[in-house]
Amino acid sequence: MAVYHLKTPISEEEIRKLKVNDVIYITGTMITARDQAHRRALEYFKQGKPLPLNLEGLAVFHCGPVVKKEGEKWIAVAAGPTTSTRMDIFEDEFIKAFKVRVVIGKGGMGKKTTDAMAKYGAVYGAFTGGAAILAAKAIKNIRSVEWLDLGTPEAMWIFEVEDFGPLVVAIDSHGNNLFLDVQKKVEENRQKIYQKLGLSL
Amino acid sequence: MEIEKIVENVAFNLLKQAVIYLPEDVKQALKKAYEEETSETGKTQLKAILDNIELAEKYQAPICQDTGTIIFYIKAGSEVKGLEKIENALINATKRATKEVPLRPNAVNPFTQKNSGDNTGRFIPFLNWEIVPGNSLELTVMPKGGGSENVCVTGMLVPGEGINGLKKFVVETVIKAGAKPCPPNILGIAMGGGTDIAIKLAKKALLRPLTEPNPDPEIAKLEKEILEAVNMTGIGPMGLGGKTTVLGVNIEYAYRHPASFPAAVAFNCWAARRASARINADGTVEYLTHKKGV
Ligand code: SF4
Repeated sequence: MAVYHLKTPISEEEIRKLKVNDVIYITGTMITARDQAHRRALEYFKQGKPLPLNLEGLAVFHCGPVVKKEGEKWIAVAAGPTTSTRMDIFEDEFIKAFKVRVVIGKGGMGKKTTDAMAKYGAVYGAFTGGAAILAAKAIKNIRSVEWLDLGTPEAMWIFEVEDFGPLVVAIDSHGNNLFLDVQKKVEENRQKIYQKLGLSL
Repeated sequence: MEIEKIVENVAFNLLKQAVIYLPEDVKQALKKAYEEETSETGKTQLKAILDNIELAEKYQAPICQDTGTIIFYIKAGSEVKGLEKIENALINATKRATKEVPLRPNAVNPFTQKNSGDNTGRFIPFLNWEIVPGNSLELTVMPKGGGSENVCVTGMLVPGEGINGLKKFVVETVIKAGAKPCPPNILGIAMGGGTDIAIKLAKKALLRPLTEPNPDPEIAKLEKEILEAVNMTGIGPMGLGGKTTVLGVNIEYAYRHPASFPAAVAFNCWAARRASARINADGTVEYLTHKKGV
C-alpha cells in the first residue's frame, strides 16, 4: 500500500503507476456529477457542444453536496460520496469522452467501468461512505456551479480541493477491482462460516 | 412551561445531539475496531471515520450528509398530562431542526416524488408509543440513514430449522448487503411475532447500547456467535476488505405462530445515531445518551 499525493491535471503515466489498495490524496480541480450530470455531459459530447470546463486529467466525484450560500459565495457543508453503481451505465463513455483520470465514490463499480479504466487510463478512488465533513473540509473553494437547473444534488459543482482523501484505489488501470476481489473472498469464506455455525450449505 | 413547549425543545436538542455526536458506545467500538483491524485498507477507512467524527464535533456539523428519516420512540408515563399534544411538538421540533441544525430534507411523497422540504409528511416523523406506569416521559430519536435502510429485510424461515435457520438468514443477508450499508454496521435482529412485529423489534434493537448484551444469557451467547460469524465474511470497512464488518449484534424476539417463523434484520451504518432524554413531572430534563447536553 503506497501513498500518493496527486495534483490535477493528472497524467496517464501517473495513473498507470497506481495499484489497488494504494491510497491517494488529490489537490486541484474536481467536479461532482451524479446520474443527471453524466447524462447531460454525454449528450453535449454527442452534439459536439463543449462542457463548462475541460475535464482532461481531473477527478469526477459522485456526490450531491449539502451547500450554503454566504453572500455570493457557495460553501460546502457536507460532501460525502454517493453510491457509484448508479453511474455504471455512463462511466465508460464518460471516461472515453472526457479523459477524466480519477472517479470518486463509494461502493465500487462494475466490469464495464473497470475495462474502460484499463483501456483509457483511469482509477476509481473509494472515499469513506458517510465521512461528509472530512470531504467538505478538503474543499477549499467552490469555483462555480453549472447546470443548477438539475437541482443542487445533481448539478455540476466545480471544487478546488487540497489533499482530498484518503481515496483507496479500488479499481486500477490494469483491470484489478478490489470490490470484486473482496466479493470473491467472501464467497470463499461462506463455507468456513457455515462450518463454524454447524450449518449445512 | 407547558408540556408541548418542553417536548419541542427537548426533541430539538436530541435531534441536534444525535446528528452531530455519536453515542459513546459507538465511538468506543469504532476506536477498538481501528486498533484491532488487520487489513491496512480497512484501517484507512476506520481512521477516516474517526477523523470525521472528530471534525463533526469540532465544527458542530452533522456527521453524515444523510441525516436520515426521523423516528421517535416515546415511553409515556400513564399519569403524564397533555399526551395528545406531543405529536405536534415532535413535528415542530423536526421542522425547526431541519432549518437550524440543519438536517437534509429527506421526506418524499411516494406518489408525486415531491420532497416536503422539512422532513415531515404523512406518518413522518414516525412515532413509536409505549405506555408505562409513572409520570415521566422518555424520548428517544433515531435519525435513520437511507443506505443502511435499503438492505433491511424480513423473511419467513422454515420453523423446523429453528435457530439454525436464523443464523443462515443473517449470514446471507450480511453477505448480500456487502458494501452498501456503509460497514461497519450494527445489526438488530428479531424473530417471532409476525413480519411487522419482527422488523419493528429488530429496528428497536438498534437502540440498545453496544455495551449491553441481551440480559438472557442464551440470547447473549447467540449475539456473540453471530457477531463472530459475520465478521468472518471479510467484507470489512466500506466493503474494502477486513475483519470489521459488524460492530455489534442485538437480538430481540416475540413468540411465534406454530406454523410461521418470521425473522428480520435491521442494519444501522457506522453513523449509528440515537439520543434520549427523560422529562420529569416537575419539568426538569435529564439527557441520557449525551450527558453534556448540546
Ligand atoms: S449509510 Fe449511513 S453513513 Fe452511509 S451515507 Fe447513509 S447515513 Fe451516511
